[in-house]
Amino acid sequence: MRVVIAEDSVLLREGLSQILTRSGHVVAAAVGDAPALAAAVAEDRPDIVVTDVRMPPGFRDEGLRAALALRAEHPGLPVLVLSQYVEQSYAADLLHTGGGVGYLLKDRVGEVAEFVEALDRVAAGGTVIDPDVVRGLLARRARDTPLERLTAREREVLALMAEGRSNGAVARALVVSEAAVIKHVGSIFAKLDLHRTPDDHRRVLAVLTHLRGASR
Amino acid sequence: MTAVDAPRTGAARHGAAVRPGAWRAMAGNPLRFLISSWPWRALAYLATGPLVAAAWLAAVAVLAAAGVVLTPVVAGVVLLALVPVSAVGYAAVERRRLRWLDPRPAPTPHREPPRPGPRPWLGFRLREAATWRELGYALLSSLLAVVDLAVPFVIIVGSTVSASAPWLVDHGDQLQYGPSVTVDRPPEAWAVAVTAVLLLVAGLYAMTALAAARAALARALLVRAVEEELVEVRASRARMAGAFEAERRRIERDLHDGAQQRLTGLIMTLGLAGLDGADPALIGKGRAEARAALEELRDLVRGIHPSVLTDRGLAAAVASLAERSPVPVEVRADLPARPPESVESAAYFVVAEALANVAKHSGATRARVTLRRAGPALVLEIWDDGAGGADASRGTGLQGLADRVAVHDGSLRLSSPHGGPTIVRVEIPCAS
Repeated sequence: MRVVIAEDSVLLREGLSQILTRSGHVVAAAVGDAPALAAAVAEDRPDIVVTDVRMPPGFRDEGLRAALALRAEHPGLPVLVLSQYVEQSYAADLLHTGGGVGYLLKDRVGEVAEFVEALDRVAAGGTVIDPDVVRGLLARRARDTPLERLTAREREVLALMAEGRSNGAVARALVVSEAAVIKHVGSIFAKLDLHRTPDDHRRVLAVLTHLRGASR
Repeated sequence: MTAVDAPRTGAARHGAAVRPGAWRAMAGNPLRFLISSWPWRALAYLATGPLVAAAWLAAVAVLAAAGVVLTPVVAGVVLLALVPVSAVGYAAVERRRLRWLDPRPAPTPHREPPRPGPRPWLGFRLREAATWRELGYALLSSLLAVVDLAVPFVIIVGSTVSASAPWLVDHGDQLQYGPSVTVDRPPEAWAVAVTAVLLLVAGLYAMTALAAARAALARALLVRAVEEELVEVRASRARMAGAFEAERRRIERDLHDGAQQRLTGLIMTLGLAGLDGADPALIGKGRAEARAALEELRDLVRGIHPSVLTDRGLAAAVASLAERSPVPVEVRADLPARPPESVESAAYFVVAEALANVAKHSGATRARVTLRRAGPALVLEIWDDGAGGADASRGTGLQGLADRVAVHDGSLRLSSPHGGPTIVRVEIPCAS
């Protein structure tokens, strides 16, 4: 795939470029700030954008804003946002722009195989949410929530599902058959009172919305 | 609700002004007062005051006369304009003399002129209320100079002459008090002498009281008002809080751009090494170590200054805290505009600490954070359904929070009866 990278640290920009190149992708452009990112996307028409959150000039959330603007301008353009800190509200903003988005901690790039897999999933219109965000949502010891009614295995499945993994990927991660996963998913949706949706992205949204609701 | 004690802001500290030493000395042991330096200092203060006033009056007379003569040319107008401004110099001398009786600092009420140079200075001084107050004081002092001189003179001369009555009578002199009282015999003379000594003591008190009253008048008219100092204290505190805030942000930036980037880079490099067929077990171990270090660093930085606070403001940052809290927290935020950054930061850390307390000590199953604006103030309330019994004095960190809020002139109140619920309520004025 042709990738545009936006990351202000030269060190990390290089590392990211190398990892992507070594995994067989083409880095069409590697830029260091949000305006350059918009220009690069307009010029190179990449298959996917990988951007940092914090960038010059303000070193706030320019990268995230740029990502949201790109999604508005080029609907369906896959965007993977990398961040030094994961914040739920950032993830939520991205998710609301539809499928083909990802939000990961920056150092996940070091797990090259998983990172490349996540990149492919986002490029294919899927959704990827960092396990840390999901763990944060699942970690609440909220009593009297339907979450308490899930078995340990169902929770594992729910966490992987919330990260945006497909049934097949969940099955591989847990080393079980896909049929078993489908059964677990069915029982989770029933227990949590969620509607089954065929679309992966909406499934993630539903699960995250539920988890966030449970925290209230 | 009990207010948690914080260092009171200037108002209380200045309001209970320390009584100047003279009054306290007079209220104490009379013997000690009489042998102290106070009467002498009072005498020096009263005696020199008229000299200063006379010098100033002479200068004014010269200026005014020269000004009137030279009015046809511009110089005359300038000289006339210098008449009121001359009180500035007079007042500066008076503020120095004030130290003899009043150890408290006597800051000048004048502000710095906006531009250097004599013309802007003159114009600026003429427009300052302080200059005219000083002129008023100078004129008043010139009138009171008569009293300043007469009172010590009458007391000292009258009592020394009367006290030496026995000696004078011995030499065949007589003392005449009014038209009908003549003292010319030793027994009467001794009685007069004893009375005179008693009167001298009372006179020294009267003289010191007069000097202290004059000093109080000088302080009232010539010294910067306490309210203005308060505003300055408040402003400097806010500046300090702002400086700390900026410093915290700088540390956060440095860590983000330095150590965090390097660790992230290291993890990426290890990932690349893994692609090159290095020992996967070793690579995995190295990566886990680096990730653990990065995690610790992230938590540390979040405690210094969370980036979400800068990016999205208080409500989002508090929501983020709530998401991380082990106890379910409901957040109700209604903030029309972002408060000033240092206020936001103080509020954030209050909520962070309060939620940490809820998680650690309260045994609560639910908590609620409310953020709203009430007029000019930001109001936060952290409620939990725990066991209560929280006590600010028992080191739950609430004291530190109260201090932090007090820097911004805010207040922190705590209500935590045994059996709960616990409510921490914080109000911070925002000047935005």
